[in-house]
Amino acid sequence: MSETEQPTNDQKKNFTRVLLEELSSQSVLIPILAVITGLIIGAFIIILTTEEVYEAWATSPWESIKVGWSAVNNAYTALFTSAIGSPTRIINALQSGDSLEIRRAFNPFLESLVASTPYIFAGLSVALGFRSGLFNVGAEGQLFMGAIFAAFVGYSVKGLPMIIHLPLALLAGALGGAIWGFIPGWLKAKTGGHEVINTIMLNYIAFRLSEWLLSGPMKRPETFNPVSPTIEESAMLPRFFENPIRFHAGFFVALGVAWLVYWFLFRTKWGFDLRTVGANPHAARYAGMNIVWVTILAMSLSGALSGLAGANEVLGVNHNLALAFSAGYGFDAIALALLGKSHPFGVVLAALLFGTLRSGALGMQLAAGIPIDIISVLQALILAFIAAPAIIRTIYRLKPSASGEDGVMLRGWGEG
Amino acid sequence: MATTTLQTTNGVYVSPTRQRVMGILFLVIAFAIWGFFGRTTPSGETTTFGLTPGGIESTVGDWEIPALATMNILAMISAVFGGIQLARGFGKRTNAVLGIVAAFFIFSFLTWAAAGKSLNLAGLLNSSLSKAVPITLGALSGLLCERAGVVNIAIEGMMLAGAMMGALIASLTDNLWLGVLAAVLTGALLSVVHAIFSIKYMIDQIISGTVINIFSVGITSYISAKFLQEYQELNNPGIFRPWPVPVLSDIPVIGPIVFNNNMFVYAMFAFLIIIHVALFYTRWGLRLRSVGEHPRAADTLGINVFRTRYMAVILGGMMAGFGGAYFTLGSVGRFDEVMTAGRGFIGLAAMIFGNWKPFGSFGAGLLFGFADSLASKLAILGVNIPSQFLLMAPYVATMIVLAGVVGRGQVPAADGQPYVKE
Repeated sequence: MSETEQPTNDQKKNFTRVLLEELSSQSVLIPILAVITGLIIGAFIIILTTEEVYEAWATSPWESIKVGWSAVNNAYTALFTSAIGSPTRIINALQSGDSLEIRRAFNPFLESLVASTPYIFAGLSVALGFRSGLFNVGAEGQLFMGAIFAAFVGYSVKGLPMIIHLPLALLAGALGGAIWGFIPGWLKAKTGGHEVINTIMLNYIAFRLSEWLLSGPMKRPETFNPVSPTIEESAMLPRFFENPIRFHAGFFVALGVAWLVYWFLFRTKWGFDLRTVGANPHAARYAGMNIVWVTILAMSLSGALSGLAGANEVLGVNHNLALAFSAGYGFDAIALALLGKSHPFGVVLAALLFGTLRSGALGMQLAAGIPIDIISVLQALILAFIAAPAIIRTIYRLKPSASGEDGVMLRGWGEG
Repeated sequence: MATTTLQTTNGVYVSPTRQRVMGILFLVIAFAIWGFFGRTTPSGETTTFGLTPGGIESTVGDWEIPALATMNILAMISAVFGGIQLARGFGKRTNAVLGIVAAFFIFSFLTWAAAGKSLNLAGLLNSSLSKAVPITLGALSGLLCERAGVVNIAIEGMMLAGAMMGALIASLTDNLWLGVLAAVLTGALLSVVHAIFSIKYMIDQIISGTVINIFSVGITSYISAKFLQEYQELNNPGIFRPWPVPVLSDIPVIGPIVFNNNMFVYAMFAFLIIIHVALFYTRWGLRLRSVGEHPRAADTLGINVFRTRYMAVILGGMMAGFGGAYFTLGSVGRFDEVMTAGRGFIGLAAMIFGNWKPFGSFGAGLLFGFADSLASKLAILGVNIPSQFLLMAPYVATMIVLAGVVGRGQVPAADGQPYVKE
């Protein structure tokens, strides 16, 4: 690639114009409609699985509709108040002036941010892969490796000041993930082994590895439970408020990393290479780009980001490594990377949405008796609608996008 | 990936590098048997293998072998194979010899682990076969789809949904066969979604598969938490009992292991044969494979690419649903959340390991099932290897195969690529 081909296009467009273009095209409209449609279908699932609806059917269909509506209303109200907070409770708390009550009233919103943080990292990881034409299904395994490395540095290194220990633990997490990303990247570049299969295999290898480590080498000596020792205080991501608020510095680290990924992808030569290989590997090869290097780099970086997600959970929330601590962040990350159009800022927004949904669903389970698993169903539906915009266009009678095909297509399966 | 195989006078072409790598591998295995197992076994110890699975009246006695001598003999034969391979090569029989040497290694391991003790070999093989059933059925599901050019990573999700619906319907109707039917239809339904997404809307097939996997985990866990746990009678289907095949089950050793199982094991063998014959010896199979290799050419010849792919994906989904039913109706007798625990993905791995062939997949499934059942025996035998490493073995092995160390796999050339009619 010649030096004159710097990524100037993105820089020259001014921000508001880009924003307007994005809004007027359907790239923002479709994700929003996808989320709304997902919630509507979720409502129908709630209605269909509420027994009272069928009991009310005996009285009259109208009664049954009313019961169904109130079930959905209860569920989504509970979802909202446990994700954002209840306005009345916040006002009451502020009036009472009791600091514990104020913290409790604001906690749902902050808890959603806590839940969003690993999603941001993992979403960035998958998005970076997509940008370079690679499908990283291995975010979950990389996340476990990151957590293992971060936890190990967190509890075994002692006596360091926080300013050294915390970054060291975070970097260790990134390294753990990067190794788990490097392997499929290297295999893809050197042998043509498809990264989807290899990352799936590595996911399970990582689970087993953590299982083994927690059954012996990394187990807390004094317990029978498969859990690692608590990390040193100097390695914990600092929290900003007292209990019960778990909101910690990891959220800002995630935002910073999102900006870094943006800068890397759109402002550096390596990022440009990466996107070119993703957009058209043949053209990239023709332009003399080193595809082997770019593939390895992209997978390693992608792994490092997922590793940070695991490190964030260990250093910020759990303060130890436990079996199966991840709630499938790595798989949800695929959905939210697509929802965010594989753009770092889009990913942040999508992650906030998913984090809010997940943290709200926990409250919904307690308050309205709707199992939290409905969230996975919603996420699957949203993912389906994003991946197949034609469905959304048909439902809402939208015209096909002017900017051409907007689906995601990756490098072929069989080709090396 | 090129699927051409260069023909030589010897049959299939084996590159000189591969010939050397294999030769060295055989020697390494020979050395490992001698070094790791042989040298740590005191001479004079015998290993006792039980030849009748537990719970059945024993008709044959135990098999006692001198541990050290057995290992030394196996090591020597492996070394001789290595020498021959380096000197002139086994040609097209290389992989077969690799299989034999690998079997020697495993047998030496068992002999070593059980030296001075006794190990129920028949029970181990019987449970390997049972564990191979869902893996093989999953592999067959993936195979049907991928031979027609559609990647299916949703086997796991289809199995999980099939397992739940099987348990639910069998409990409701009190009829196991209706449960199986429900499971198969559930798999088919999800595969229709996969087919429409990947063939009609041309969504990336991995994304489509991911959608189905996330959806299945979500909806089955949702229904399980909401209904199955509360009303136990909805989750009490019972299971298919073992049915000894007349005459065949009386064969010594093999009979109790292979011919005294439940319906799923026999069905797996039947499907293996049917799919193998259908794919490679019928016009239908030739058409299906041509769609997976070169859809444009197939289209030109008048084959309906879309219809063929729909059919293949739906058949694959039915197979996955049937495999899912094994968990609830053939093994556990109830549905638990996320009970497939990655078996669908191991099935995918078995398909790759088995080189996109039915019997290859079965072999891989058997091997992975063996690793699985051996893992639970290690602690009993007092072997100091963490069982997790054995459970990792299938995944590592698949990655090695995928990297082309054991020769290039024959990936269907158009695998994963949507077809656009001109």
